[in-house]
Amino acid sequence: MLEDAPNRTVIPILSVEESLYEVRRKIYLRSVSGVFARWRIVFVFLTQIVFYGLPWLSWNDRQAVLFDLVQRKFYIFGLVLWPQDVIYLTLLLILSALGLFLFTAVAGRLFCGYACPQTVYTEVFMWIERKVEGDRFARIRLDGQEWPWNFSKWRVKITKHGLWLIVAFWTGFTFVGYFTPIHTLAGEVLTASLGPWQAFWLFFYSFATWGNAGFMREQVCKYMCPYARFQSVMVDKDTFVVTYDTLRGDPRGSRSKSENHTAQGLGDCVDCSICVQVCPTGIDIRDGLQYMCIGCGACIDACDQVMDKMHYPKGLIRYTTERAMLERAPTEKAIRQVFRPRIIFYSLVILILTTAFIISIATRNPLRADVMRDRGALAREVDGSRIENVYRIQVMNSSENTMRVQFKVTGLPDLQILTSQGKPLTAVLVEPSSNQLIPIRVSSVLGEVAPGNYPIYFGVEGVEIQSGATNVVRVRDEKSTFIVPR
Amino acid sequence: MSDFIDAYWSVFIAAITLIGIVWCVWLLASQRKVTVEHNADGSVADTGHVWDGDLRELNNPLPRWWAWMFLLSCIFGLIYLALYPGLGSYPGLLGYTSDNAYTTSVVKANEELKPIYAKYMELDVQQVAADPKAREMGQRLYLNYCAQCHGSDAGGSKGFPNLTDNDWLYGGSPEMIKTAILQGRNGVMPAYAHLTKDEIADLTNYVRSLSGLSVDQAKAQRGSALFATNCVACHAVDGKGNTAIGAPNLTDKVWLYGSTEAAVTETLEKGRNGQMPAHDAILTPEKVQLISAYVWSLTNIRVDQGSK
Repeated sequence: MLEDAPNRTVIPILSVEESLYEVRRKIYLRSVSGVFARWRIVFVFLTQIVFYGLPWLSWNDRQAVLFDLVQRKFYIFGLVLWPQDVIYLTLLLILSALGLFLFTAVAGRLFCGYACPQTVYTEVFMWIERKVEGDRFARIRLDGQEWPWNFSKWRVKITKHGLWLIVAFWTGFTFVGYFTPIHTLAGEVLTASLGPWQAFWLFFYSFATWGNAGFMREQVCKYMCPYARFQSVMVDKDTFVVTYDTLRGDPRGSRSKSENHTAQGLGDCVDCSICVQVCPTGIDIRDGLQYMCIGCGACIDACDQVMDKMHYPKGLIRYTTERAMLERAPTEKAIRQVFRPRIIFYSLVILILTTAFIISIATRNPLRADVMRDRGALAREVDGSRIENVYRIQVMNSSENTMRVQFKVTGLPDLQILTSQGKPLTAVLVEPSSNQLIPIRVSSVLGEVAPGNYPIYFGVEGVEIQSGATNVVRVRDEKSTFIVPR
Repeated sequence: MSDFIDAYWSVFIAAITLIGIVWCVWLLASQRKVTVEHNADGSVADTGHVWDGDLRELNNPLPRWWAWMFLLSCIFGLIYLALYPGLGSYPGLLGYTSDNAYTTSVVKANEELKPIYAKYMELDVQQVAADPKAREMGQRLYLNYCAQCHGSDAGGSKGFPNLTDNDWLYGGSPEMIKTAILQGRNGVMPAYAHLTKDEIADLTNYVRSLSGLSVDQAKAQRGSALFATNCVACHAVDGKGNTAIGAPNLTDKVWLYGSTEAAVTETLEKGRNGQMPAHDAILTPEKVQLISAYVWSLTNIRVDQGSK
């Protein structure tokens, strides 16, 4: 509900004419070490080993994971998905969304801080930046007025961008490698014989990586990411988030290690601002949870080190819930609060959908059939004794083995399936991962049934032929109409 | 609706489009500076809007790059409108039309397919028909171009000949099949309106008797004489027809328009006009070659397994 707040506490006192558009202030991130920093490195490696490595794996003499857009076939290890299987993609997206809801409700933006490509590539790029240009103060000095564009500055900048571009290009190359066979792609890149679309996507994605991880960085999280904007509705007072303990920290102030700060009326926060310097989005966590916080925990690591130096207990900034912080409750009590109705509901829905997803994939029928009645002709009489209708059967074999497909038809007395040449249809061989259109005649005895439209049922049965051995049999039923003319 | 073909509307649309873009740029430029209220501590004041008790709407500035993106979109729009059609009826500098794009891609696709077809063009139709791969291609083409009338199984229907029964109106040689596809056929049976009702009935009985159907012998007898004066020119004395002009054989069990008395009577009273359209402007010679081979194979090559 939108309402005018009559009792606003802060009265604006300054009216300033200024630019509507804010120039981005570059964030010079201070490097940080600690538990959360280590976890982030682990996740950078995990996600990138999977991302960079997956396209190089082979399965049955083909790329294990390949989304072939031209042939419209998605290969995921033993699974070959066709456009008809788009329901699985829908299910997967719903599951991902629910997973995101669950994680957010339990522990805030874990995805943002550890697994989001934007964070991961920014992390990689910042690591390169730190190695080439030095840490925070060295970089501020390098970009500052006092450092002219001399040879060494050029050298440092060119080295940095060179390394960035290598990572960016490799990322773009890998991305395109999911959609076009990566071994062929590698050859085409080496001989500079890329197709126009491959080249476009390769350079587009490389450019996007370079631009997003090198320049846009926190701007993506702050202004472009929809998740950043709506995650707040999934966070409540019992959600684990990066929390600054205001009760313990305030009032802030600098002091000497030996002083008794409580006697001076000071909290535990020494106001060193290191938590701000290590924040990748440049916020002050002490202002409370805000939408720019990606939950990476860098400020926790930084603050813990300061607390250690001051011989104060750790955890002035820590992972806990707002309620636990305000009630001065221990983290264990907050953990017990995790099992609340919405969490149980999310988990239950995810469990049900995952089970349905797995069962559906496991029992997926690689044989599909569609029966289409010929529209041109209603029915025809043959030799004055039989009545014929014409159909096309589209048989799709989405397995990776040749299938021997047989047909049967029921619904009317004495139904027969004949080929175009009028002979009984025995079996059809359908190649692996292909579909075949088979025109057939279905004939019934004339005079047995009154004129009218009758439903008939085609049974389609496929046998996968693997090295001479008979494999699984799958049956599909398709309904169609048989017309007996007047 | 006819009002909208007036040239005025083209100008109207173009003007709206251009003024819209210019207005967007002007709006962006005019809003560069705003008055922002600051709190005592220098932070940005909120707008005074509060949701759900404690959600305040802040008055933070937009990022500068967003403004540049906006401007770039406007510039992109102008460049696009200069190159491609979009401003009313202005065709654009590149002269793009969807029709041209289609024609170009068809020509390109045909060019790409040529090598695949090339080996079949060197063979004659019988040899092509012996190749299962070629038959498969021919079948797909047949299902695209021919099945609407002749049926998916090539069994035909009323007025559309059955291509699998070895009965050919114009002959079943590969050359004749090809000619039929390329130039089309026009089978005309004239109406015998000058004959009396009784004469028509007599003729009907005679024609039906030719293929062994049960008839009124007396009427058929009278019809025989009428047949000799009216029909033999095309259908020949023995009623076996003439493939040179596509006159059907009346002595077999194949009836293009039906064998019932009513159907034959209708044929005689009103005539028939069978049209096979010419495809030389629609199909490439390569496609005609493959379709001919497939159609010829239907009656000349035994295929045991389904469509293979």
